[in-house]
Amino acid sequence: MEILFRIIALTRKELITLLVNKKSRLVLILPPIAQIMVFGYAANFELNQVPVAVYNQDRGSYSRELLAHFDSGTFRLVRNLTSSEEIAPVIENKQALIVVQFGPDFSSDILSGREATLQLIVDGRNSNVALIALNYVQQIVSGFNRELAIQHRRINGGDQGTVLVVRSWFNEMLDSHWFIIPGIVALLTIVITLEVTALSVAKEREAGTFDQLLVSPYSPFEILAGKSIPAILIGLIEATLVILIVVFWFNIPLRGSIFTLYAGLFIFILSAVGIGLMISSISVTQQQGLMGAFFFLVPAVILSGFATPISNMPELVQDLTLLNPMRYVLVIVRGVFLKGAGFDLLWSQFVPMLAIGIVTLVMAALLFRKRMG
Amino acid sequence: MAGRISLRRLSGLIRKETLQIIRDPSSIGIAFVLPVCLLVLFGYGVSLDAEHVPIGIVVETPSATAQDLVSSFYQSEFIDPVPYHSMKQAEDAIMHREISGAVWLRSGFASDLLSGRQAPVGVILDGVDANTARIVDGYIMGSWYAWLSRYVREKRAGYLRPAVELRHRIWFNPAVRSRNFLVPGLVAVIMTLTGGMLTALVVAREWERGTMEALISTPVTKGEILLGKIVPYFVLGMAGMVLTVFLAIVVFQVPFRGSFFTLAVSSALFMLTSIFMGLIISIGAGSQFVAGQVAIVVTFLPAFILSGFIFDIGSMPPPVQAITHIIPARHFVSILQSIFLAGDVWPVIFRSWLWLMGLNLIFFLIIMRKFHKRLL
Repeated sequence: MEILFRIIALTRKELITLLVNKKSRLVLILPPIAQIMVFGYAANFELNQVPVAVYNQDRGSYSRELLAHFDSGTFRLVRNLTSSEEIAPVIENKQALIVVQFGPDFSSDILSGREATLQLIVDGRNSNVALIALNYVQQIVSGFNRELAIQHRRINGGDQGTVLVVRSWFNEMLDSHWFIIPGIVALLTIVITLEVTALSVAKEREAGTFDQLLVSPYSPFEILAGKSIPAILIGLIEATLVILIVVFWFNIPLRGSIFTLYAGLFIFILSAVGIGLMISSISVTQQQGLMGAFFFLVPAVILSGFATPISNMPELVQDLTLLNPMRYVLVIVRGVFLKGAGFDLLWSQFVPMLAIGIVTLVMAALLFRKRMG
Repeated sequence: MAGRISLRRLSGLIRKETLQIIRDPSSIGIAFVLPVCLLVLFGYGVSLDAEHVPIGIVVETPSATAQDLVSSFYQSEFIDPVPYHSMKQAEDAIMHREISGAVWLRSGFASDLLSGRQAPVGVILDGVDANTARIVDGYIMGSWYAWLSRYVREKRAGYLRPAVELRHRIWFNPAVRSRNFLVPGLVAVIMTLTGGMLTALVVAREWERGTMEALISTPVTKGEILLGKIVPYFVLGMAGMVLTVFLAIVVFQVPFRGSFFTLAVSSALFMLTSIFMGLIISIGAGSQFVAGQVAIVVTFLPAFILSGFIFDIGSMPPPVQAITHIIPARHFVSILQSIFLAGDVWPVIFRSWLWLMGLNLIFFLIIMRKFHKRLL
């Protein structure tokens, strides 16, 4: 019982030091809200208003018909080129991402049953954008081909042939917002947790108050609890805030159980707190704490599967990501949001994350002690 | 700037700051070790090129035609086919994230195709990662197309042939290696961190430790104090930059098609904005603790998400696009992607230089307004 009181007292002190400063309070509350709003719109792989330039030498009607299929949401016609010399500058200066080129015989080739070719030039500076744009155009062309085939058959009375019938599970429209935005929940949670923990021991050490804490009758376990509980509370509150915005503002479907989601987030925060406190207790100065925070945070985010899939990484780096708690929580958050997955599908993600949490918290407590000498 | 600048006093301040940098190894760590580690780790780790994607293949009734189609999936370097006996098994594997999708040839596929009835090929994709799903869709379509054109040729089934063929060329990066655009972008993201982190705590630290009060009582001017902070960290940051760019070119073999002059000017302009940003944080925050918190929030995530390093800025909604302009990394990413892959494209570079200079001016004015050489 007495332990409980002591931990509560420490937790209170820690929360007060975190929240008493008005600037510190603002830093904890405002940025996550601003960031989920801005990043929610910014972070996705959809293409919008891709600038297209057209160089059309064809005099027939088929080229115009095909161009009409470039829908106005995804593509935006910026220029009609009149000579092939204009192609290079238009792409280099980023006026257009794509140049669509029809040869002089495009329509007559289609009419006479020869193969007509459509020439496409894509700016490859951002190779992902280039591939997505190319993919869109490919779909437009195959849709156009199907229409032509149906028209043709109506005249000749042919058959249907073979087509690919593609269905996407969990995210029927393949909207990458659905992939990224639930990930932002994990992203902002880890940032907040590190913000609260990574400098906290170093700060007390610089001010000399940590030595006082160590010579007090508190056990390292109690000091650890006093440092962790406020961070866990703040992390959970922030996560809730972000989840509310994700569900009610961005309308991302939350198909699974809230309990599974929170269980995942809780263990994730636990492991992030462990890592944050470990960094903090190794650092002598706050600058070292800040560097340590970045040294962990940046790789943890970039090698988590948040934006680029882990399966694309080389084996060695893939093995390294096994140490990254964010890797697991992303699977949990996305699984619960989009697939409605429960513990049966996700337990393999919970176990390693919990292990990381326990190991790092214990290490942090041991480091508190060691630093005394 | 308040008062004249005395070179003697300035060099004294620079010397003091340099000694402090050398004394705390974490500054050297931030300038050299962090960028190198991050670039190596990310340069190898971050890729949008999906290769060897496991795809389930379900053939309900084996036949020569079906076998032919399946073999074209085996020939693809991007797909690793995994055979399943039934669609139920394949669907289960998708649920457990063992495969990224499945191709389904129903029992009547070959006979329907031969007798001229509709013979659709079913494809199911795991859509959770929409971007990868779309890329995988493209791979499957490519293999299917390859089979179809072979089939058309062999069976003389010209009526199945598509009327329009798409031929494409991708400029600047014909092999569509995502590393070629990610590595230059990483240089910008990493240098934002370095510049901002180096300076985020330096003024706050002087106030916290009381050494600023000692400085106030000396005849040094406000301008000298600031320059004394900017110069050493600028030199340190630029040295880190040279190292990072060198690695990008030598280790990652990203083509470098522009000139080193343009790169040097752009880097200097950008490094200055990063350092100014760190100083603003340091001056505004008051304590190192708050400065550290602010640095974590405002440096990394905006540079990661809003710089165009990975997410396309042209596709963001217009208000968000407007916000990206105040992120210095956005302009630097744009310059780097052009310099590395396309060359010195002056319209792109001038536009970004103007923005960086404008941001430098604004940041400088903020610093001069907010920084006082007097007791609070």
